[in-house]
Amino acid sequence: MMTSTISEVLNELELDALTELVNIGVSRAAFSLREMVGEQVHLSVPAVDLVHRVQAIEILEGREAGSLVAVHQVFEGDITGRAMLIFPETKSLELVRAVTGGELSLEDIIELEQEALAETGNILLNGCLGTIANMLHRSLRMSLPEIIRGKGSELFNLEPPPEAGDVVMFLYINFTVRQRDISGYIVMLMDIPSLAVLKDLLGEFIERATDGMAS
Amino acid sequence: MAITVLIVDDSKLARIVAGKALAALQPDWDRIEAGNAKEALGILSERKIDLAMIDFNMPEKNGLELAAEIRSSHPMMPIAVITANIQDEVIAQAREVNATFVSKPLTEEGLRGFISGAALRLRSGAV
Repeated sequence: MMTSTISEVLNELELDALTELVNIGVSRAAFSLREMVGEQVHLSVPAVDLVHRVQAIEILEGREAGSLVAVHQVFEGDITGRAMLIFPETKSLELVRAVTGGELSLEDIIELEQEALAETGNILLNGCLGTIANMLHRSLRMSLPEIIRGKGSELFNLEPPPEAGDVVMFLYINFTVRQRDISGYIVMLMDIPSLAVLKDLLGEFIERATDGMAS
Repeated sequence: MAITVLIVDDSKLARIVAGKALAALQPDWDRIEAGNAKEALGILSERKIDLAMIDFNMPEKNGLELAAEIRSSHPMMPIAVITANIQDEVIAQAREVNATFVSKPLTEEGLRGFISGAALRLRSGAV
C-alpha cells in the first residue's frame, strides 16, 4: 500500500469515526475506573493523531523531558500490535495516590505503584480496545499488562514479537481523579497491513452507522 | 412551525447517527446541528429550538456545562446528554439541571424514551 504519510491513510470521516470509537471506549473505561477509585474520574481524549513511529518518538520526547513509565499490552486478531498507557514517571506516584485515596506512607505508595499502574492500565487499555473491537465487529486477544520504564525511543523499540510497527495511533488523554491531574497518553502501535484492515473496518462501521447517509 | 431539535456533538459521524435515530422516531421534526457549545449557543440566540441533544464529551465546554447554561435561559426545554460515561456523580450533575441521560452509542431504542417524553410535554403545552 503506497502512502506518502500515515496521517493521510484515513480520510476525514474515518478519522472522525476512530476518534468517536476511542472516546466511547475511554468513557466506558472512566465508568469502570470510577468503580475502582470510588470517586468521580474525569477522562477525555481531546485529540487522536495517526503518525509514523519516528514522529511519535519525537512528539513524546519533545513533550516529556524526563523518564516515562508505561503499562504495555499486546493485542492480536485482525489487527495486531501493542497498546501502551504512558505517564511521565513523576506522575505515576500521583496516579497511585489518586487511585488509592487516603493518606498512605511513601513506602506503601511505592509498593502499590506497580499494582495500581497495572490495574489502571488494564482497565483503560481493555476498555478502549475492547470497545473499538466490539463496534468494529471483531475480537482482539489482549496480553496481561506489563510495566515498562524508559524514554520514548525505548518504549517504541521493544523486542518482538510483535515486529515493530510503523503506525502509531497517538491519543492525548486528560485524566483527573480526586483533583489530581494525571494526564498522559495512550499509544497503539501497529503495522501497515493492520492499518489497512482498520481502514476497511472503519468504512464498514460508517456504512452501518449511517446507512450510507454519509456519502 | 415544525418542532426543531438542536444536535450538539463535535463528531460529524455522531451527529449523523443522532439525526438518523431522530428521523426514525419523529420524521416530521426539523434538525439543526452544532459542532461545539459556542455554535450551539449562537443558534439558540437566533432561533426557536424546542429540544436539545448534547454530547457530554466535548472539548472546552462539556455537555453538562452547556446543558446548565441552556437550562438557565430555557427552563422548560427537554435536554438529553449523550454519553457512554454514566458515573454516579455525572448523573447527579445532570439531575441538578434536569437533563436526561441517553447512552452512547446512540440507537433508536435508546433515544425513544427521551423523545416520547419530550413529545408529550411539547404537545401538552407544558413548555
